[in-house]
Amino acid sequence: MSARSQFAAATGTIAALPARLIEPLMYGLQRLVGIKRMPWVFLIPNLTAVVLFALLPVFINIFYSVSGSDRLFPWDRPLIGGANYATLFDCGNYLDPSTCSRDLFWRALGNTTVFVPIQVTVMIGVALITALCLNREIRGRGFFRGIFFFPVMLSPVVVALMWQWILQRNGALNGLMGAVGLTPVNWLVFPNTAFFWSVFITVWAHMGFYTIILLAGLQAIPRDVYEAARMDSASPWRSFTKITLPLLKPVLLVVFILAVIRSVQTFDELYVLTGGGPGSATMLMVQYIYEVGFASQPRNFGLAAAASLLLGLALLIFTAIQMRISRGGAND
Amino acid sequence: MLRMTLTTTTALALLMTSASVTTAFGQTITLWAGDTGTGGEIFAELAEQFEAENPGVDVVVEEVSYQTLVESLPVQLEAGEGPDIAIITDLGGLSRFYADITDSVDADYFEQEWGQTLGWLRGGDTETTAIFGMPTTLTVNGGYVNLTLFEQAGVPVPEEGATWEEWAEATRQVAEATGTEFPMEMDRSGHRFASLAISYGAELVDEAGNPVVDDGLKAAIEQFVTWHQDGTMPMDLWGAVGGATHRELFSDFLNADTVMYFGGSWTLAQMDTEVGDLFDWAVIPAPCGPSSCTVMPGGGAMTVFSHSQNPDIAGQLIDFYARPENLDYYISNEVEIPSAVSQIENGVEYPSASERTSEALATFIAQIPKMDDAAYRFQGWRYQRAMMNAMTTRISQVLNNELTVDEALVRIEEDVNLAIQAGG
Repeated sequence: MSARSQFAAATGTIAALPARLIEPLMYGLQRLVGIKRMPWVFLIPNLTAVVLFALLPVFINIFYSVSGSDRLFPWDRPLIGGANYATLFDCGNYLDPSTCSRDLFWRALGNTTVFVPIQVTVMIGVALITALCLNREIRGRGFFRGIFFFPVMLSPVVVALMWQWILQRNGALNGLMGAVGLTPVNWLVFPNTAFFWSVFITVWAHMGFYTIILLAGLQAIPRDVYEAARMDSASPWRSFTKITLPLLKPVLLVVFILAVIRSVQTFDELYVLTGGGPGSATMLMVQYIYEVGFASQPRNFGLAAAASLLLGLALLIFTAIQMRISRGGAND
Repeated sequence: MLRMTLTTTTALALLMTSASVTTAFGQTITLWAGDTGTGGEIFAELAEQFEAENPGVDVVVEEVSYQTLVESLPVQLEAGEGPDIAIITDLGGLSRFYADITDSVDADYFEQEWGQTLGWLRGGDTETTAIFGMPTTLTVNGGYVNLTLFEQAGVPVPEEGATWEEWAEATRQVAEATGTEFPMEMDRSGHRFASLAISYGAELVDEAGNPVVDDGLKAAIEQFVTWHQDGTMPMDLWGAVGGATHRELFSDFLNADTVMYFGGSWTLAQMDTEVGDLFDWAVIPAPCGPSSCTVMPGGGAMTVFSHSQNPDIAGQLIDFYARPENLDYYISNEVEIPSAVSQIENGVEYPSASERTSEALATFIAQIPKMDDAAYRFQGWRYQRAMMNAMTTRISQVLNNELTVDEALVRIEEDVNLAIQAGG
């Protein structure tokens, strides 16, 4: 027997060792629970993790939302029913936050409703254009991929502090504008410009991630389809609309859902950059929840839990609609 | 290569072994200090002596942001986590987390030195004589002015007893004459705003502990908004930031971008190191409002938390820091206002401080007896932070035309009542 086959035999024996050790245990277990229940045995480790780290926190959150006081441990908190929800929904006119008891909740909800569609649309649009450019045979393609992905690796706090340094009154951007004779603008003081930069910065910080996913989707499209289109004299625009977009649709749907969820969760960058200001112009839902639950004193965990459950419910409904559309598309 | 790998692996193994031995046999005390002034530097330096006197004890001093002390620490304490000791400023609000260290310290000495301020740590319990910590320093809000700019502008510096409006007018003239960006700035902090509000007649809290939203508060907010609208104050602090976020721009004063900055005594240590002889400056006596000439008091205290595994040693560490020689060393190097009676009576030498800084300290200390009763009452109130957060959030909304002053007052009252309901 050659050395190579001896090595292969030894490796095989070692690799099979765990299976041999587990085999009797599995047979014993199968005899004990029956073969029909065996799939559950394999699922138990994962189910335990899901119950402990996903379902249990949801139930704890529900309990917090119907209990009062500033105490952290559930057994110290008295039940108050739906009082926290009633406080949040106590409104004269839902379209006018100033008539609501918790006006900041409705302002944050309104801001989130405007922020998410704009940010997601811009994010996916820019990520798609970038992915299309990076999918071409251009010099230094790897370098550019790295450049676009780089901001994703930065901590959100670093991103915010960096942009604060750029945008503040005596910041780099105003310095540059002054140098070329333009009038400096106090970017973070006006609600509209602060909102614009909030969208810009979050797109800049996260688009690299979606670009990579879309790029992978683009590379999975067979080249011969494009060659066939070229032979049929299809224009680049027609190729894009009739080949690229339809074949990229499943990836785009995934990107869309991920981008929406991430956009609704936006907090760190804006909290450090604007603190939700000017006034409440860039205060999104997660910041409202954080401020009520953690920055206020005494901490109102109950109200924060109620607001977070409402946000979770909205996301759940949105995801269900997305899945339905996605399923509809798959049947086409 | 192999040799290098082996060396690295051995070193790592030894490191891990020694770490586990320390954990098993040593006692580690973690102390959190805020990053203002010299941060935890001096406490870390003194802790080395304590470690030498107590073999096996390891004191880890961690410098954290003020925001961490205000926002993260209380949540950690609720969960029974966090450091063994921290230097905190919300003395009444966190009282239920303190460990009783009466047996670990020289209780008579503590009573003699901090008899009046130890009560701030007892959470309103007037019966107990337990000791829950050591008040480290007193702080006083106050205004810093750039005297060089006044001199260049040829504008006389308002004298003691000048009103907020007179200061605003004078600083506007100076800013205009010297081309300085802003006449006045104030930290974005409810505590700083309370100085203005109380001098305008705001009560904020009555003697029964109920929140008060009155005409004094309304007048102060209206004046504050006017100053932002006419450019006396920049929008960068109170206008640009939302929520209850604390924000300061003392760098504007250090860079001579503002004529007057209303902050507090804790930034004095920065003045000598960062300004030096670049320009003349002074701390001014409390500007007056229609009601009084007052600023807010404040202060920090070093407390042991009840979740600590080593409360006795943590208490002994505080007792060590409280020794007169250590206290003098800390106060003189930190350039802070002392809280211990003997230090206040005998005075503390500040060898590292310039003559100007020493004068500034004297001005800050001179404001203490003039403080309004409402200021002391507000400082010791359990819901002080709720009121301060509400004022900060709502005033910023007024500045951005989201609310009128009257609506803001209603909101402040609602916010505080909701907090009281949650804390009740």
